[in-house]
Amino acid sequence: MPKKTPLSWLLLARQKSRLVVAIAGIAFADILMFMQLGFQSGLYDAAIKPHRSLDADLVLINPKFQTLISVKSFRRERLHQTLSVPGIDRVSALYIGTGQWRNSETRTSRAILVWGVEPGKPSFKLPDVEGQLNQISLLKTVLFDQAGRPEYGPVASWLEQAGKSVEVEMSDRLLNLSGVFTLGASFAADGNAIVSDSTFLHLFPERDASNIDVGLIQLKPGTDPLKIQAILAAELPKDVRVLTVEEFANVEKQYWAEGTGIGFIFGLGAVMGFIVGIVIVYQILYSDVSDHLSEFATMKAMGYSNLFLVRVLIGEALILAVIGFLPSLVLAMGLYQLTYSATLLPIFMKLDRAVTVFVLTMVMCSASGAIAMQKLYEADPADIF
Amino acid sequence: MNLTSSEAITGSISYPVTIDIKGLNHYFGHGDLKKQVLYEIDLSIASGEIVLLTGPSGSGKTTLLTLLGGLRSAHEGSLKILGQEMRGATKNQLLKTRCNIGYIFQAHNLLSFLSARQNVRLSLELHDHYTDADCDRLVDEMLTAVGLGDRLDYYPDQLSGGQKQRVAIARALVSSPKIILADEPTAALDRKSGRDVVEIIQKLAKERHCTILLVTHDNRILDIADRLLYMEDGRLVKDKTE
Repeated sequence: MPKKTPLSWLLLARQKSRLVVAIAGIAFADILMFMQLGFQSGLYDAAIKPHRSLDADLVLINPKFQTLISVKSFRRERLHQTLSVPGIDRVSALYIGTGQWRNSETRTSRAILVWGVEPGKPSFKLPDVEGQLNQISLLKTVLFDQAGRPEYGPVASWLEQAGKSVEVEMSDRLLNLSGVFTLGASFAADGNAIVSDSTFLHLFPERDASNIDVGLIQLKPGTDPLKIQAILAAELPKDVRVLTVEEFANVEKQYWAEGTGIGFIFGLGAVMGFIVGIVIVYQILYSDVSDHLSEFATMKAMGYSNLFLVRVLIGEALILAVIGFLPSLVLAMGLYQLTYSATLLPIFMKLDRAVTVFVLTMVMCSASGAIAMQKLYEADPADIF
Repeated sequence: MNLTSSEAITGSISYPVTIDIKGLNHYFGHGDLKKQVLYEIDLSIASGEIVLLTGPSGSGKTTLLTLLGGLRSAHEGSLKILGQEMRGATKNQLLKTRCNIGYIFQAHNLLSFLSARQNVRLSLELHDHYTDADCDRLVDEMLTAVGLGDRLDYYPDQLSGGQKQRVAIARALVSSPKIILADEPTAALDRKSGRDVVEIIQKLAKERHCTILLVTHDNRILDIADRLLYMEDGRLVKDKTE
């Protein structure tokens, strides 16, 4: 059997300007999809970064908890009840509230997420927090997230200039800023601040010490978190919920994905990119078939079947998919970088997203090929005489 | 006046009948618009004959050619090509018959994105029994035989009209088909190129015992024919055996 001439490839390679247009079109559609999915992913990732930074194996929350910006408390004794279960090493409580951070330079205030932790007990596993936790045990001391929005003021530089600590104002109270850490802005929080539980109750006197917002549970090494989760779920009453850290992060993610319009909006954006891609590739393939109609009809006269020509067309579509995808990958990564510098939102290329967009590109090109096929049936060898 | 002639050409060995037509009628359109375009065509062409078909426009020559090429389904009558009855044949049978027929069109219809070599090779790739080396050798030999040995890798847009037609001939003949159907192959060419083209067709056909049916208006090439058929208003009118 003789080696077959690679018609799909030659159709593209020999028509350079058409190839360039096709690649540009596919890359454009792919970039649209990458940006939409990337933004969405970046926003979710930022929203759940605090959750993922918690130093715990399991967490306790109020079953009504949906998002950090509207926290529901539960009774502290539930956390202490868990200590009776073997396998549990340490527990600690977390308070969450919204304060008003005052920018002394611009004299404006802005909402900030305040975390009240128990010093000396598990809280965040961020390396720059762990080293400073003993400082916040001093009352009215605060740590500030330097990766928050710039509207809070150049807090890190204030600290540098002052040397040791700086006086700041939050929720109309004076506090000692003793250090900075890095977490990041998100939907829920333009910025974060960490204080001790006592300082928290001083800042929010309306709060009751016996009602906490998140219970952190650390297990003894070698213990299976899922087993303990099941035991706790059975033992504790229904006014608390036991989750793994990932499940906790998912609760927040779900709120933003489904509870707000975000999931829909970005999803719709990605779908539109997909449709744009189909239309562009279809145009290219259709005009390719039209321009070569008599040539394809000749092939049919020679004895080539319709199926053969269809395969050539689909082959062309798939080659375009691959060649169009590669530049879009590179360009998207560049655009992500640009977005990060402009918005401080952490958007990075992830393998699963790249694979998803690649698969969608293949589907998009195959669909265009399938629709353009209709034109092929018009190639009637009897008409070329 | 219709002629029924199934005599072999005088002066040559009697070959089997390649094309056998009996009582062929063909219609275009449906219902009220139905029009008959071919009337009671009876024709037998033996292997190796060169038959020229002439006649005014609209006489049905091209329709007959498309039927003979298995490019249209026959409606009424019997049409046997290489022993295969075409009327009522399945798509696959038609396809298989077409593999044994070489086509030369007025417009060369070469694939613009393939070189001369690749265009000719396309014809061979239809047949599974050639090896890679065979294909390459046959293609190069064929293109050399039509005088394009130095233009093997040229693309159609780099060739003249006559050269393109020669590539088309090479494509039609390379797989040694039993039948060549040519529709006005010289219409777009000047006198010299046209003459060269038909002489190549004639020479290669005689070498390979190929049957040729050539539709043409061109008076300059009528002398190559073994038989000259004249069609008018859908009927075969004259059969001049030379």
